[in-house]
Amino acid sequence: MTFTQIIFLITAAVILGSALMVVSTRNLVHAALWLIVTLFGVAVLYAILNASFLAVVQVVVYIGAIAILFIFAIMLTRREMLDRGPQLNRGWWLNAIIAVLTFGGLFWMLQGWSGFSKAAADFPSGYDAVGQLGKALVSPTGFVLPFEVASVLLLAALVGAVYVAFTRK
Amino acid sequence: MIPLSWYLILSAALFSIGLFGVLSRRNAVAILLGIELMLNAVNINLVSFWRYGDVSMMAGQVFAIIVFAVAASEVAVGLALVISVYRRRNTVIADEIDLMKW
Repeated sequence: MTFTQIIFLITAAVILGSALMVVSTRNLVHAALWLIVTLFGVAVLYAILNASFLAVVQVVVYIGAIAILFIFAIMLTRREMLDRGPQLNRGWWLNAIIAVLTFGGLFWMLQGWSGFSKAAADFPSGYDAVGQLGKALVSPTGFVLPFEVASVLLLAALVGAVYVAFTRK
Repeated sequence: MIPLSWYLILSAALFSIGLFGVLSRRNAVAILLGIELMLNAVNINLVSFWRYGDVSMMAGQVFAIIVFAVAASEVAVGLALVISVYRRRNTVIADEIDLMKW
């Protein structure tokens, strides 16, 4: 077992354990904090996969913006949320069965696929993944249209969010 | 070297945990937390397919970035809706938000 594999296994255990805490803990502020642990684990995975730009974006956007937004929302809606009644639906065991079946189905489908245990090829020498990503995002033969549409979507969503949460006096 | 299967199994497990959270949590904010877990599972898949396929095709990473943008918009709108509902009806339990239920 190589060093990278050990790091991967530790990260995977942290991701899955904290994800289970996110869906099962009673206190929602704690759930949001466990979500930060999960997101950080995913950032470590991006670093292992040589996607350095995405690792940084994961930390900055997901942990820095989205998780903090969650914590704000939980604190704003907290008054009676201090955990009156159960946190899970009555039929949660049925949902657990559905989740396990989903995992089983995905696993069964994937392990019949020929590329399942493929190993990664080494990077070509002198290959600059971040530079390639930047060029692909803005070149007309690449992904400039989805990139611009995503920015318009983000703008529209933020304007909509302000409108929905606005209180009229 | 890590085989591709490890990433795929991890992301399937993370997706299932997120699915469980979405289906069984009562609080609307906690449902959004489950959706975040599912989106992250999808992103792990996209980036690992980029790494294990042809690394000169950037589509995997670009799509992961689009998923980031969509996740940010979804959280902003979703939390604004939750806060707005909380102001009007004083609840964030998804079962009790039944204005449109006939």
